[in-house]
Amino acid sequence: MWNYTDKVKELYTNPRNVGSISDADVVVEVGSIVCGDALKLYLKIDANDVITDAKFETFGCGSAIASSSALTEMIKGRTVEEARKITNRDIADFLGGLPEEKMHCSVMGNEALDKAIAKWRGEDISHSEDTDGEIICHCFGVTDKLIRKVISENKLKTVEDVTNYTKAGGACGSCIPRIEDIISDELKKFAESADRPAEKKPLTNIKRLQLVEDTIANVIRPELQKDGGNIDLVDIDGKKVYVALRGSCANCRLSDLTLKNFVEDKLREFVEDDMLVFEAGRD
Amino acid sequence: MQVYLDNNATTMVDPEVLEAILPFFTGRYGNPSSIHSFGGSVGSEIQKARERVAGFLGADHDYEIVFTGTGTESDNLAISGTIAYYTNKKHIITSRVEHPAVVALCNKLERDGYRITHVPVDRNGTLDLEYLMDSVDDDTAIVSIMYANNETGVIFPVEKIGAFLRERGVPFHVDAVQAAGKVPIDVNRINCDLLSISGHKFHAPKGVGVLYVRRGTRIRPILYGGHQEKGRRPGTENVPGIVGIGKAAEMAAAHLSRPGEMKKMASMRDRLEKTVLGMFKNSMLNGSAENRVPNTTNIGFEFIEGEAILLYLDQAGVSASSGSACSSGSLEPSHVLRAMGVPFTSAHGSIRFSLSRFTTGEEIDYVISVIPGIVNRLLEISPYWDSAKQEPAPVNLQAKT
Repeated sequence: MWNYTDKVKELYTNPRNVGSISDADVVVEVGSIVCGDALKLYLKIDANDVITDAKFETFGCGSAIASSSALTEMIKGRTVEEARKITNRDIADFLGGLPEEKMHCSVMGNEALDKAIAKWRGEDISHSEDTDGEIICHCFGVTDKLIRKVISENKLKTVEDVTNYTKAGGACGSCIPRIEDIISDELKKFAESADRPAEKKPLTNIKRLQLVEDTIANVIRPELQKDGGNIDLVDIDGKKVYVALRGSCANCRLSDLTLKNFVEDKLREFVEDDMLVFEAGRD
Repeated sequence: MQVYLDNNATTMVDPEVLEAILPFFTGRYGNPSSIHSFGGSVGSEIQKARERVAGFLGADHDYEIVFTGTGTESDNLAISGTIAYYTNKKHIITSRVEHPAVVALCNKLERDGYRITHVPVDRNGTLDLEYLMDSVDDDTAIVSIMYANNETGVIFPVEKIGAFLRERGVPFHVDAVQAAGKVPIDVNRINCDLLSISGHKFHAPKGVGVLYVRRGTRIRPILYGGHQEKGRRPGTENVPGIVGIGKAAEMAAAHLSRPGEMKKMASMRDRLEKTVLGMFKNSMLNGSAENRVPNTTNIGFEFIEGEAILLYLDQAGVSASSGSACSSGSLEPSHVLRAMGVPFTSAHGSIRFSLSRFTTGEEIDYVISVIPGIVNRLLEISPYWDSAKQEPAPVNLQAKT
C-alpha cells in the first residue's frame, strides 16, 4: 500500500472543486484513459486576470484525484501570472509530498494548468507543453520538452526519476537510452549555466555605486566581522573599487588574499563580473 | 464492518492450524536433525506433515514432497533445478499470464540465452492448448504452466497438457499456488512431474511452500548446504510452518470433499458478481465465468481507476485488490489482463474479489451495499462519464500518440 500523507488521503476522500463550470473561460484536457490517468480542468478568469473559480474532473488513482484537487485550491483567487509560476513540485509540497512513483500525478496537474493558461492567452495549444516537441516515450506520449522541463524543475538525475515524474520509459522501456541522452544533455546545460551567471546589462555609475555599497554592507562586512575585521569603501572609479581593511584585517598578512579572493569575488558575483578591488593608498 | 476479500493475496491462518503449530515455538523447539530425542521427536512431526501434504496432492510417496520457503521458491526450484540437469536443452515453454515468480525467472533465463515460448490466452483468459503443443520440440527442457490464474481464477487444462507431455517425455511443472484449497489436486491425474503450492494461500502461515517432485524426476538443487529434504532443499526446517502446512492441507482436503461447500462459496461469489454487473452499465467480467476456481471474480469498471476504487473500498472496511497500473506501482495494467486483450479503458479499473471458506453471506451483502456509492462517486469525478445522463461523457481524450 502507498504511504500517502494525511493531506492526500483527505483530498481523495473529499476532493474540493469537483465538477464542471458551464460558462468557463477556458477548459482543457490532459492525459488519456489509455495511459491510466486524465484530467479535465475548468477555469473562470475575470477582467483583472484573476482566477475566480476552478473545477476539475479526474480519471485516475487516489493521488491523481488529490493532485487535481490541490491544484484547483492553489490557483483559486490568484492572478494568471501568479498561477503560471506554480510547478509540479509546488503541488506535491501542498500535499505534504507524494511517493516518488506518484510524482507524475503532480506533473499532470501542472501540465493542465500550463495548457489552460496558454489556451486562455490565445496561444496555439496544439503546440503547448504536452504536445510540442518530439515524442520520446511512445507508450505514454511524452515529449522531450516535458521531460526537459521536469528534469530542470525538479533537478532529476536518473531515468527512474524521469519515469516517476512523467511515466516516460515505464512501459516497454525502448526509449530509456534516449531519456539517458536527455538527462546528460540537461545536466551539461545545468553545469554550464552554473559556471556562467546570466549576463547583466551595463550598469550606470550611480547604479554600480549603489550595488557596491549594498554588497559591502550586506554580504562582505558581516563575513569579515565574524573574524573581528571590517571594511570601508573609500572610492570608486569606474569598475575599480578602493577599500580600506580595518580591525584584524588591517594587520593580517593574508589581507591581499582577502581582497582578491573574497571581496573581489563577491563584488563580481553581485555587481559586475569584471570588478577590480584595490586597497586604498596602495594602488 | 471489516470484510476481507483478498484471499488470493493471502489467507487467515485457520485457528486449528494455529493451535497445531504453537507448541513448536515454545516447548518443542528442537532441531529435527539432532540425535537427542528432544529434537528427534520433532522429526516425526515433519514426517506426519509430509504424509498429509502427499495425501492432499494425491502423491504416491511421501518423499515426493519437498518443503520450501515460499511458492516463489518452489517455482524457481522446479524450473532452475530442471534446466540445471538438462543442460543441453535450451527451450522453455510457459504462458503469458504466469505469476511473476515464473515470468521474472524466464525473463532472466532469456537474457542467459534460453529460448522462451509464451503461450497466449484468449479474451476469456483460456490457454491456447494447440499453440502449446505445437511449440514443444526436442530442445524443450521444461513446460511450466499455472493451474489457476491468480487474477481471474481461470483454470488451465493441465490434465490435457500433462497427458501430452508425458507421451513426449518433456518435464512438466504446474504452478498450483492458486488452485490449492480451491479445487481438488491430483498429481497423477495431471501427470505432472513437478507441482508448486504455497501454505499461506490455504490457511497455513506465510513462509512455507511445497514442491512436489515425482519419483524419478531429475532436478538439481538451487541451494547448497545440509542433508535436509534429501539435499533437494537444504537448510534447517521451518518446523512450525511445515506442521502448519500439513495441518492446513489435511483440513483443505476435508473441506473440498464436503458436499456443497465449494458450491456454496461459488454461489456467494456469483451473487456478488451478478449483482454488481447488473448495477453498472460500465462494468464487465474479466475472464471466463465457467471454468474457474470458486472463490475469485475480476470485475472491470470502465471510466474509473482501480486504485481509487480500492482506496474507497478500504475506507468502507473492504479489502480487495486491483490489476490497475497505479495500485501495483508499475505504469501498465496487469500483464494478465493485457494478455487477454482486455481494453485499457476497463483494465485500469479492474477489481479482484477473492473469497475464503470464512467468508459469510452477510459480508457479501455488505460489500454489495457499499459498492454503488463508491462507483457512483468516482464516476462523478471522472471526465469520461456524464453523471446527469448516466452515460459516457462526449469527451474525446485520446492517447497523445
